[in-house]
Amino acid sequence: MTSFTTHDVPRLSRRTLLRRLGTAGVLVALWPASAWTTPEAVQQAIRQCIGDRTPQPDGMTLRLPPLAETGNSVPLTVAVDSAMTSDDHVLRIHVFVEGNPEPVAATYHLGVRAGKAEISTQIRLARSQTVLALAEMHDGSVRSATADIVVTLGACIEEWWNN
Amino acid sequence: MTKPRVRVPRTASKGEVMEIKTMISHPMETGYRRDDHGRPIPRHIIHTFTCTYNGEQVFRADWHPAVAANPYLAFYTVATESGNLRFEWIDDTGTVYATEAEITVV
Repeated sequence: MTSFTTHDVPRLSRRTLLRRLGTAGVLVALWPASAWTTPEAVQQAIRQCIGDRTPQPDGMTLRLPPLAETGNSVPLTVAVDSAMTSDDHVLRIHVFVEGNPEPVAATYHLGVRAGKAEISTQIRLARSQTVLALAEMHDGSVRSATADIVVTLGACIEEWWNN
Repeated sequence: MTKPRVRVPRTASKGEVMEIKTMISHPMETGYRRDDHGRPIPRHIIHTFTCTYNGEQVFRADWHPAVAANPYLAFYTVATESGNLRFEWIDDTGTVYATEAEITVV
């Protein structure tokens, strides 16, 4: 029989525990069926951005840490290989988060005056997922890059709701 | 309280590609959370960020709830001429937060 010591665990009174369980139950019951985006919604959002063009999976990078303890503020960098001249530049960069309630995280509008096709920001991730970035080029072509990230358990729903 | 912060080089040579860093304190309330009584907390996010260089827009971002609180954004622009860079953040209440930076291009 294994014995567990609890001396280094914060005390949780029976009352607090029951209250928290109650709150969790209410939250689950109130959780709308549409809380997460669906693959269809993601596809639709992608089509709204790039129409029926097919992205080429090269010529750009998406940098994310492989693991995030909480999804509240995850550093993200998107860089597109482009000279950013009048005949070769990026028009827009879109970031999609399939594991969040809404499919699109952000759209960045660049152009010749950006000089360099790179942006860095911090995003929220509700759970582990594959983040997708698309770059719309001046000549009508589209590039893509993806990155997988593990968002540690407890960081997703807990933090998403309570932090 | 909502004080925007930007980092722009004071001087640059003509044609130089400059990194610009921006940050603003804002809750970026997603609209997906509930308060202690189970009532939905209304969405309150900055949805648009723009950077104009001597009156011409050189960069814009459209944001959704997946942008983290106190949004940080770094991007680039070409130093074309001396003058002024203006940064604007617009949130769901229609409030516009703005700041400006002067630059000397030699």
